[in-house]
Amino acid sequence: MLLGPALTVSAVLFAVGVLGVLLRRNAIVIFMCVELMLNAANLTFVAFAQQLGVAGQIFVFFVMAVAAAEAAVGLAIILAVYRHRHTLDLQNINLLKG
Amino acid sequence: MDGTLIIFWAFAGLAVTSALACITRRSPVASALWLVVTLFSLAALFVLLDAQFIAVLQVLVYAGAIMVLFLFVIMLLNLGGAGPTDLKGPLGLGVGVLLAGLLLVQLLVLRQAAAASAGGAVRPAAEQGMIPPVARLLFTAYLVPFEITSMLLLAALVGAVVLAKRKL
Repeated sequence: MLLGPALTVSAVLFAVGVLGVLLRRNAIVIFMCVELMLNAANLTFVAFAQQLGVAGQIFVFFVMAVAAAEAAVGLAIILAVYRHRHTLDLQNINLLKG
Repeated sequence: MDGTLIIFWAFAGLAVTSALACITRRSPVASALWLVVTLFSLAALFVLLDAQFIAVLQVLVYAGAIMVLFLFVIMLLNLGGAGPTDLKGPLGLGVGVLLAGLLLVQLLVLRQAAAASAGGAVRPAAEQGMIPPVARLLFTAYLVPFEITSMLLLAALVGAVVLAKRKL
């Protein structure tokens, strides 16, 4: 019976990911924290799939595909931003601010 | 406390510790490598939760492909060295810790209800995450989402090229 422990670990990992997004200013590190949150959600899916059927693991598959697409596009955006501003500190990337 | 539970908590502790290291290290490269440790421990947890195929995918896709992409961009932008700290000031730190702590409490309360409602028996290992059961479901009930995923990946491919290329 690993459902309860797995959900606890998943909650802690998700909170750590949120903490990273809130505390850091480096765009790449924030991006990595988002990946961490996606992985915490995956752990929840897998934990429930053990009891409720294998369909939960299919959703992990889709989450991974979305994460891969997100990483490719997001890192391309980071490259483009760095080329224009020569920084990844989100304090200095405020072009959209009115 | 049986052996599975001990191994589970060992890898869970490793995952949480390295996740904390990942968000506190100054150098992005160190952060990325700690994140790889987290992803590997999560793969071990997936094996313990009868999701062997997902665990293999986790190592291949996440720890392999996605993290190499991250490290590649970090190296390309020459961010390897530990710069000045990019942690927020005391006010931001306080608010961040408060919000994340609040979220953690909410998730743990939610966990009580969820674990109580799903207290069924664990399915036999043959019905679990080896490749045949996952593949059968993926190519029957979830065939349309699977095909749409290929469109998503194509869009991401084109988008990445358009965004990252200097001149088309």
